[in-house]
Amino acid sequence: MALLEVENLQTHFRTPDGINRAVDGVTFHVNAGETVAIVGESGCGKSVTSMSILRLIPEPPGKIAGAIRFQGRDLLTLSDREMRAIRGNEISMIFQEPMTSLNPVLTVGRQIGETLRLHQGLSARQAEEKAVEMLTLVGIPEPRRRVREYPHQLSGGMRQRVMIAIALACNPKLLIADEPTTALDVTIQAQILELMRDLKRRVGAAIVLITHDLGVVAEVAERVIVMYAGRKVEEAAVGPLFNHPKHPYTQGLLGSMPKLGSSLHGDEGRLAEIPGLVPSLKQKIPGCVFAGRCPQVTDLCHKVAPALEEKAPGHVAACHYALKDEALAA
Amino acid sequence: MSAALLDVTDLKKHYPLKGGLLGGTTGYVYAVDGVSFQIARAETLSLVGESGCGKSTVGKAVLRLFDITSGQVVLDGKRIDDLSTGALRAVRRRVQVVFQDPFSSLNPRMRVRDILAEPIRNFGLAKDGRDLEARVAALMDKVRLPRDAVNRWPHEFSGGQRQRIGIARALAAEPDLIVCDEAVSALDVSVKAQIVNLLQDLQQELGLALLFISHDLAIVEHMTHRVAVMYLGKIVEVAPKRSLFAAPKHPYTEALLSAVPVPMPGKARERILLKGDVPSPINPPKGCRFHTRCPYAFDRCRAEEPRLNHVATALDPGHVAACHLHDLPAAENPLAVAKGAALVAA
Amino acid sequence: MASASVLSPIEAAPPSGVAAAAPLPDVLPPVKPKKGFIGFVRRNPTMAFGAALLLLMVLVAIFAPLLGTVDPTALAPAKRTREPSALYWFGTDMLGRDVYSRVLYGARVSLIVGFSVAILASVAGMAIGMVSGYVRLLDSVIMRVMDGLMSIPPILLAIALMALTRGSVQNVIIAITIAEIPRVSRLVRGVVLSLREQPYVEAAVAAGTRTPAIILRHILPNTLAPITVQATYICAAAMITEAILSFIGAGTPPIIPSWGNIMAEGRALWQVKPYIVFFPAVFLSITVLAVNLLGDGLRDALDPRMAKRL
Repeated sequence: MALLEVENLQTHFRTPDGINRAVDGVTFHVNAGETVAIVGESGCGKSVTSMSILRLIPEPPGKIAGAIRFQGRDLLTLSDREMRAIRGNEISMIFQEPMTSLNPVLTVGRQIGETLRLHQGLSARQAEEKAVEMLTLVGIPEPRRRVREYPHQLSGGMRQRVMIAIALACNPKLLIADEPTTALDVTIQAQILELMRDLKRRVGAAIVLITHDLGVVAEVAERVIVMYAGRKVEEAAVGPLFNHPKHPYTQGLLGSMPKLGSSLHGDEGRLAEIPGLVPSLKQKIPGCVFAGRCPQVTDLCHKVAPALEEKAPGHVAACHYALKDEALAA
Repeated sequence: MSAALLDVTDLKKHYPLKGGLLGGTTGYVYAVDGVSFQIARAETLSLVGESGCGKSTVGKAVLRLFDITSGQVVLDGKRIDDLSTGALRAVRRRVQVVFQDPFSSLNPRMRVRDILAEPIRNFGLAKDGRDLEARVAALMDKVRLPRDAVNRWPHEFSGGQRQRIGIARALAAEPDLIVCDEAVSALDVSVKAQIVNLLQDLQQELGLALLFISHDLAIVEHMTHRVAVMYLGKIVEVAPKRSLFAAPKHPYTEALLSAVPVPMPGKARERILLKGDVPSPINPPKGCRFHTRCPYAFDRCRAEEPRLNHVATALDPGHVAACHLHDLPAAENPLAVAKGAALVAA
Repeated sequence: MASASVLSPIEAAPPSGVAAAAPLPDVLPPVKPKKGFIGFVRRNPTMAFGAALLLLMVLVAIFAPLLGTVDPTALAPAKRTREPSALYWFGTDMLGRDVYSRVLYGARVSLIVGFSVAILASVAGMAIGMVSGYVRLLDSVIMRVMDGLMSIPPILLAIALMALTRGSVQNVIIAITIAEIPRVSRLVRGVVLSLREQPYVEAAVAAGTRTPAIILRHILPNTLAPITVQATYICAAAMITEAILSFIGAGTPPIIPSWGNIMAEGRALWQVKPYIVFFPAVFLSITVLAVNLLGDGLRDALDPRMAKRL
C-alpha cells in the first residue's frame, strides 16, 4: 500500500461566472520515502492539488471530491479535529514565501516548538531543546542563539531553513513543498536543494514537490507528474520523463526551455514555442485539454478525452497518439 | 571604444539612509558602486546577478529615472547623465524599457491604442492622425498581436500578451537601445519562449541594442552576445558569452553556473556551494566584496579590492574579471582551466 | 542529447483502439453566469443593497411633499405630543408639528450635507494630496499642516469652526469639509507616492511624457477608485457630524427640520415620548448604513486583488 493515494481528485470552485474546475480528476500515489514532483505552469492546478491533500481549501466556495487516502484512511472523511492532528504532524507543508509563512512576533524557537508541544505534548524546555536540534539539522549556524531570534533577523535562505525545520519537527511521513525555492536566489536555492536532498537521506520522509521549474525537478525528484489545465497528462520516473517525454505538452515544455551550456556546443537555435493560451477552466472541455495548442492535434483529440495509458513500463501519458513501447504495444 | 552606443563609466548610485531623531543621513546603501560597461549597436549585453546586486538600479540609471550619484552615462557620444529635464526629453526617445511585471507595467485605465500612441505623440513621430493609426497597427503586427486588439483594455490580455504590448510601447519611440529589466522572468516557461523569440527577431529586424537584465542564466546564455556579472554593486566579470560559459574567470560566476538547476536528471556536474548569504550593501566587506563567501579567498582578498583586468588564460581577449587569483601562477590558480562544461553538465 | 528526443515528432498514425477517459461529473451544481443587472447584483450584493437603500432615501427626500406629509414647520399647540397613530404616523412633537413630515424633510438636509461634503472634501483633498505627492518641497509643509488639523478630532474642529460663524446649511457643509480634508489629502498623497513607483509610470517617463500629462493620464485616473470609496465613508461621517452639530445647537438653524434638530427637540421628552427621538435616529442609522454598505461594496469591487478571482 502506498503512503498516499489520491484518486480522481476534483477540486472545483464556485465563481460568479461559472464553476472553475481547478483540479479535475487527478489520480496518483506517493510511496513511503519517495520524492514525487508535480510540475506545470501557473493555473495548472498543482498548488490546489497540494492544498486539497491537506484540506486547506475553503469550502465554500471550493469543493473537494474523490478520495485522498493517507496510510489507508480517506482524509476527506475525517472530522476537522482529526485533520488537525494530521496537519503539521504526519503531513506537513513548506510554502513558497518564507517571510509571510512565519509569524513575525514569535521567536524562531517558539514557532518550531509550537508544533511539538501541540502534537507531542513536550514541555517548554523540551520543545526548545528539540528546536535547537532541528536548527542544527537544517544547517543553521549558532542554533542556541538563533532559536531566540525573530524571523526578521534572518535572511531569506535562513527563513526557508527554519520553515523546513518546523515542517520536519514532528517527523512527518509526508512533506509537501510548494515552490520551496522559487522566491530564493540561485545560490541560496542550491543550498536549500542540497539540504532537501541531504535531509531526505537522513529523515526518510516522502516529499511531494510542487514546482514550475523543470531544473529543480531534475535535481531532486524520483518520479514526476506533469499537470496541465487541472489534469494529469503524464507521469514517469524522472529519467524517462526528461529523456523520452511522451505527451506533446511535456515535449513542448522541455523544448521551450533554453539549456544552460547550449553555447558550448553551438546549440543556440530558436526555442520551441507552445502557441496559444491555456484554456479556460470554467468551460467543460470534452476532449483533450491540450488539443487547442497541440501541434499534432486531430479531430479525435477535440472529441474524445484520452485516458491515461501506460506507454512504457511505469510511464503513463494521456495522449491518443503517443507512441507505445514495443513491449507494451504487442 | 568610441563606436559604442552606450558607454557607462564608473556609475555610482548611493541611497541615503534616513534615521535618528532629526531625520539626518545615517549612512548609505551602496546600491551601485562604480560600474563601467559599453554596449555596441545591435548588441545584447546581459547584466546578471542575484537580487540586491544593483543590476536593476543600473538599468534605471541608464534610463535616467533618477539622478546618479557620480559617474558618466554617454549615449552615442553625448553625455546624458547631466542633461536638464528639457534637453533629456529628446534623448529619451532613444532608450526605452520593458519591465518584469506584465500586470503593473501597463496603465489599467488606458486602452492599448492610447498606450502605444503616447510615445509616438510625445516625440512627434507621426505626421497626422492617419499616420498615427498606421504606426499603432504596424506595432501590433511587429509584436504579433491582432490589430483589432488596440481597442481593448490591458486586463483583457494574458501575461504574455501584456508583455507583447509592453514591448510594442518600447518600440513605438523607435529606440536604439531597450533596457529589458527581467522582461521574461515573471512568465510561464512556454510563454517565456515566445517572448524570447520575439525579442530576438525584433533585434535582428530593427538592429536594436539590448541591455538584458536577468537572473536566469539559461535565458541569458540563449539571448546574449556578452555578459556582465554583478555582485554587491560591482561588476566582477565581463565576457563574450561563449568565453564566459566555457571558462568563467571569477569564483562568483563559477558558483552561479554550478548553482543553476539543469533539466538533465542524473548528469554529474561539479558543484560549488557558496556559504552563507550576500552581505548588506549598507556595509559592504572591505577588500574584495566576494571574499566572505569565496571558496578560494586568501589574505590579499580581504585587504585589497581587485580591479577588472584582462585574464591571460581566457578564451577571448575581451574577457575581464576582478579577481586576485589571476595574479597567481597558473598552477596555483583554480580558475586557470576552463571548467564551464563540468559546471553546467553540458 | 536530451533535446533530440524532445523534438522528435510523436507517432502520427491513428491508434487502433481509442482509450477514452471516463468523464467525471461536476461536484458543484452548475452556475449560470447572469449578465446585465441581475449579474451585477449577484456579483456585488453589498453594493447593490446599499445603493438601493440610499436611492430610496434620496427619493424620499426629493418626493417628501408627495408622501402624505404636511408642512413640517406648521405649529399646532393643540395637538402637542400625540403618540404615533393612523393620523400622525410618527406622532407629533412638543409644538404639535408632525414628526413624520419633519423626518422626511429632514432627509434633505442630511443628504445634501453628506453629498456636498463628500464631493468638496474629495476634490480639495485630491488637489492637496496630488501637489503633496508630486512636489516634494511642499510635501513636508503641507503634511505638517494636515497632521496639525488631524490632531483635532473632526467633530471638535467642526464645532470650533461653527462657533466662528452663524448656523446655516452652507456653513455646516464648509465646517465639516474643512474637518475632513486632511483625511482625503493623506490618502491621495499615499496613493500618488505608490503610483509614482509603478512600472507603467516609469515607462511613461522613459517614453518622454511630461509631468502634467503623467499626472493627468497616469496618476489621476488611478486615484479615482480609492477616492470614491473614501468619499462614501466621508459622506457617512458628514451625516453623523451634521446630526451631532444640530443636536448640540451648533449646526442647522432650528427652523429647518434636520434629524439632529428633531432629536435635540425631543431630547427633553425622551423618557415619556421616546418616539420623537426614535424615528429620526432610525432614519439616520439606515442612511449611514446604506452609504457605508455602498462604500464597502465599491471597495471590494475595485480592489485589484479581488479582480483576479478564481
